[in-house]
Amino acid sequence: MQKNKKISKNFILTVIAIAVLIAILGFLQADSINYSYAITIIERSCIYAVAAVSMNLMIGFAGQFSLGTAGFMCLGAYVAGILTMPVEIRDQVYYLYGMAGWLHDIRLPLIAALLVAGIIGAALAALVGWPVLRLKSDYLAIATLGFSEIVRAICGWDGLGSITNASYGLSNIPAFKNVFEAVGICAACIIVMLLMIHSSYGRAFRAIRDNDVAAEAMGINLFHTKQLAFVVSSFFATVSGGLLAVFLRSATSSTFTVALTYNILLMVVLGGIGSVTGSVVGAFLITGGQEWLRFLDQTYYIGNFQIPLLRTGFRMVVFSLLLMIVVLFWNRGLMGSKEFSWDGLFGIFKRRRKTK
Amino acid sequence: MSLAYLLQQLLNGLSLGGAYALIAIGYTMVYGILRMINFAHGDVFMMAGYFMIYSMAVFPWYVSLPVVIAGTIVLGVVIEKLAYKPLRSAPRMSVMISAIGVAYLLENLANYLFTAMPQSYPQIDILKHVYTLGDITVSRVTLVAPVLTVILTVLMIQLVNHTKMGMAMRACSKDQNTARIMGIKVDSVITKTFIIGCGLAAIGSILYFTDRNTVQPYSGSLPGLKCFVAAVLGGIGSIPGAMVGGFIVGVCQIAITAAGYSVFSDAFTFVLLIIILLVRPTGIFGEKATDKV
Repeated sequence: MQKNKKISKNFILTVIAIAVLIAILGFLQADSINYSYAITIIERSCIYAVAAVSMNLMIGFAGQFSLGTAGFMCLGAYVAGILTMPVEIRDQVYYLYGMAGWLHDIRLPLIAALLVAGIIGAALAALVGWPVLRLKSDYLAIATLGFSEIVRAICGWDGLGSITNASYGLSNIPAFKNVFEAVGICAACIIVMLLMIHSSYGRAFRAIRDNDVAAEAMGINLFHTKQLAFVVSSFFATVSGGLLAVFLRSATSSTFTVALTYNILLMVVLGGIGSVTGSVVGAFLITGGQEWLRFLDQTYYIGNFQIPLLRTGFRMVVFSLLLMIVVLFWNRGLMGSKEFSWDGLFGIFKRRRKTK
Repeated sequence: MSLAYLLQQLLNGLSLGGAYALIAIGYTMVYGILRMINFAHGDVFMMAGYFMIYSMAVFPWYVSLPVVIAGTIVLGVVIEKLAYKPLRSAPRMSVMISAIGVAYLLENLANYLFTAMPQSYPQIDILKHVYTLGDITVSRVTLVAPVLTVILTVLMIQLVNHTKMGMAMRACSKDQNTARIMGIKVDSVITKTFIIGCGLAAIGSILYFTDRNTVQPYSGSLPGLKCFVAAVLGGIGSIPGAMVGGFIVGVCQIAITAAGYSVFSDAFTFVLLIIILLVRPTGIFGEKATDKV
């Protein structure tokens, strides 16, 4: 009885929290012109959260240090961009190369396009994973990093200009209809990954992370499990790339450099490797943090005295210093490998009170 | 395609490969001892390029060279002490993440201090002297780079195989704990490794940027990764391997660019990496390592 009561209390809290979130989003959406800045930050954070959770699935849960995220995102951006671009403006966008005939009239609604992108990404992951996943730790990292550069080079290659528009990239991709669409798709992606992590597959992932030899001895097929983790993680990385293209309303291969992978990795690390809620928090903190620290990029004067250090670029220096401090002194991240729970949240307050 | 053109491209490739080889030696030595990819090494190399710009503005070239090498070494050692040493006992993944963090920091720092605009690299007269031989024109740096690389590699091999310090390095790379029991100061060996690696990266950066004329905050990250590929190609932990790998990567890159596929010149390096990892994971000169449970 006690336990039941507790569950229902947490359930009510969750429902209230979701309702509050929806209310806030609705409030922002109702006056979307005035709050466009806030909406932009929220959408961008959500999209990065999907990418970060997908990377966390691979690094934190399956323990495979894969750094191919940017490559899959690039693929997703192009597939989703091509499939959702309005047919009438395609000739205008592809004025130089001319769009390939078989592709010209295919147009899908956003969700279908994202699914197609995800499936292509997953298929590619299965293909690439077959050789690459035999490698371990740093070798895997560098091979997947290389793979991501290869994808980027192919997307920017003028030989494929009739499909990818080569170095000109895609533009005029229709934006999200409203903030709910963006946040809703992101939330759905993260929930699916959460369900995956809590299933028996998720336990298999953790088993190979903690000790691959022991896991194999327990009857887990090491290679299939790694492959599954890679395919699922790549599926969602690709979807997040597609979302990013819709968010930016454009896609160019130069967006998806190694630096993007590093950025997402830092979100995962800040939030805590092996914590889904941590990755989401990390994505919001890093995306938001880069905005909040923006004042560091401006020069200020007190009378005639210019405050030293503050000028363009200082924001990112401070930001990367903060990250280094987290990595060095707090290397479990904000959440460690724990997940958010109401009990945990109240636990913090209770402990505080006791110490007082 | 004339013979002269081919020869010209080959020389360019060897020159680029020489610079890559020197950086790759830094990767391979650090990896040999710490078992980590020093992701920041490419950015240290980029910083060396900026050091050269600023010291050439004040000093003549013969003073600048040692200043740049010393500056790069100091930077490398500071990074090692602050970012890698506290994580000595942490899991390998944390050290790698720390290295990525340092790379990120160095790029942002360069962006802040030197702006994102490409800055022109100073011309060192004695390196820029141009020779013309029939249809081939080469600057002196193109000829110096491969020769200097080979000389430095031979020196490094002698150092590692025939000195006490080299013996300590080999001991640390085999088994750090046992080395410590034997009375080797592991931390000081690691510092020395970083000194050598960063010194070579400084020389490599002079050879690399003299041919390329501009430096910008991101001009280190991709060459850095390529040099790591070169080190893997030759067999990680092997110094002659790093040299051969550097030359292969450099020549391939120039060959692909010359063939008109410059978009793929970066991607090809990674194709090469994936192939070598699948066919011969230990690289060309690598020793076979056995995994213990």
